[in-house]
Amino acid sequence: MKNQEKKSLFSIEILGIILGLLWIAPFYLMVVNAFKTKRDIFSGVLGLPETWEVENFVKAFIDLSFLKSLFNSVLITGLSVGIIIIFSSMAGYALARNKSKISGVLFFVFVAAMLIPFQSVMIPLVSMFGQADMLNAAGLIFMYLGFGCSLSIFLYHGAMTGVSKSLDEAAIIDGASRFQLFWKIIFPLLKPISVTVGILNVIWIWNDYLLPSLVLGEANATIPLKMFYFFGQYTKQWHLALAGLTIAIIPVIVGYFFAQKQIINGVSEGAVK
Amino acid sequence: MSNRSMAFWLFLTPVILALAIVVVIPFVYGFFYSFTDWNGLSATKFIGFEHYINLFQEKEFMNSIWFTIKFAVASVLLLNFFGLALALIVTRNIKTNNLLRTVFFMPNLIGGLILGFIWQFIFVSVFGDIGDMLGAEGMQGWLSTTETGFWGLVILTSWQMAGYIMIIYIAYLENIPKELIEAAKIDGASSFQRFKKITFPLVAPAFTISMFLTLSTSFKIYDQNLSLTNGGPYNSTQMVAMEIVRTAFSDNQMSYAQAKAVIFFLIVAVVALTQVYYNKKREVEM
Repeated sequence: MKNQEKKSLFSIEILGIILGLLWIAPFYLMVVNAFKTKRDIFSGVLGLPETWEVENFVKAFIDLSFLKSLFNSVLITGLSVGIIIIFSSMAGYALARNKSKISGVLFFVFVAAMLIPFQSVMIPLVSMFGQADMLNAAGLIFMYLGFGCSLSIFLYHGAMTGVSKSLDEAAIIDGASRFQLFWKIIFPLLKPISVTVGILNVIWIWNDYLLPSLVLGEANATIPLKMFYFFGQYTKQWHLALAGLTIAIIPVIVGYFFAQKQIINGVSEGAVK
Repeated sequence: MSNRSMAFWLFLTPVILALAIVVVIPFVYGFFYSFTDWNGLSATKFIGFEHYINLFQEKEFMNSIWFTIKFAVASVLLLNFFGLALALIVTRNIKTNNLLRTVFFMPNLIGGLILGFIWQFIFVSVFGDIGDMLGAEGMQGWLSTTETGFWGLVILTSWQMAGYIMIIYIAYLENIPKELIEAAKIDGASSFQRFKKITFPLVAPAFTISMFLTLSTSFKIYDQNLSLTNGGPYNSTQMVAMEIVRTAFSDNQMSYAQAKAVIFFLIVAVVALTQVYYNKKREVEM
């Protein structure tokens, strides 16, 4: 019986490994072919390169203006997520501590707004911001707050049930203002959910293409946006296109390597709620 | 914190402003604009349901709706199949289970636009090469027909999101009490019986969650569509989201595109509300 179980576990492991290899095959093919010459790709895509062309990466790095695109991506994602965390946690706290009807209605509106797909508001949104001369990075960050706050408030509101109300009362008696009370006592207790909110929003904003494509010009492009222009420039030149794609993915892989556990837990928490 | 307290409103002002300006006002405006001849800047007259009548007669739009529905159904089935299969593998006591979780989940972190470009290379060049080696005609010319474009999108989406669905199933699988499985083993239940009688019923709620999650995500897909097939050949693999973007920003028919966007909202809302209804019903039963 024990032996048979071991055997079945072993075949499951083999199946898992085969699927795992299948899952990373696209990345293997991307990297391997990014190192080839155009002719080398033409003669076969599965094997290793004859000579390892590092030049593809140099050219792609320059044409992607990679440092600049990386800077734009980090700036926009960082500021947007920071603002989302600050304002959504405050709102989640206020809504959870106020049991009145109007608080319930506001919470309902925030949750209901999650039903609205981006495409249903995109056209008037871009027109409004265009007329206000706000189709720029600042406008984009504000838009991310608008689109990102619903889920974030929902998550903070849920987490507040675990924070005792006696903390509020004690701090108020000690003479703290609401503002001090929130930032000094409540917000540190919300740290686990802040990590979740941060991760979910980083993944989404970092990878977003459509909204930046409508708001930013090529000069201020984020990585996905720049990638789109870059790819259009190099159709039929897979060696360069693949080198560019590899470079574009590296920041994500590095981040995943360092924060793997938090990322998987955060995503799991966000989805199951 | 009472309603009259200044702090309550101060804490809420930033998000109320952002949601109103970014989502609520454009949504309401958009609804009105869809009944006018609005061109993105100004509207001169009210035209009633004209746009709505036209869009239901427009072949390209109706095609995109059917294509999206077919795509969503195929993706939902494959995603849940793979998501559950992967979760069952990595929750077993195998040495590689952490590594495999990492690998299966990885594509989720990378944007659909970039993944679509990578898979364009796989479908066109890699499939072509493998087809040459095997002498298989069917591996040639992927993405150049509606059918291969369709399956290309389904494969890309399944590969990208299966790890995400896996995570949801894992959360439920790991909540199943170990004693329950042990007891069934002692009673002589086979592994298939254990799956059918214990695991499956306890994981059923995860199935509802992921089904609706995948359904609404596949309805809204844009990036993958743009980078993998770009809607081609002849706009036959164009999904609703892309159809709306093109009508608005390539054809410059703003109010007409907005009418399509309203229909799109209704479809997505019906899917989501059905989910809420089912969840509520389930909670009552439990």
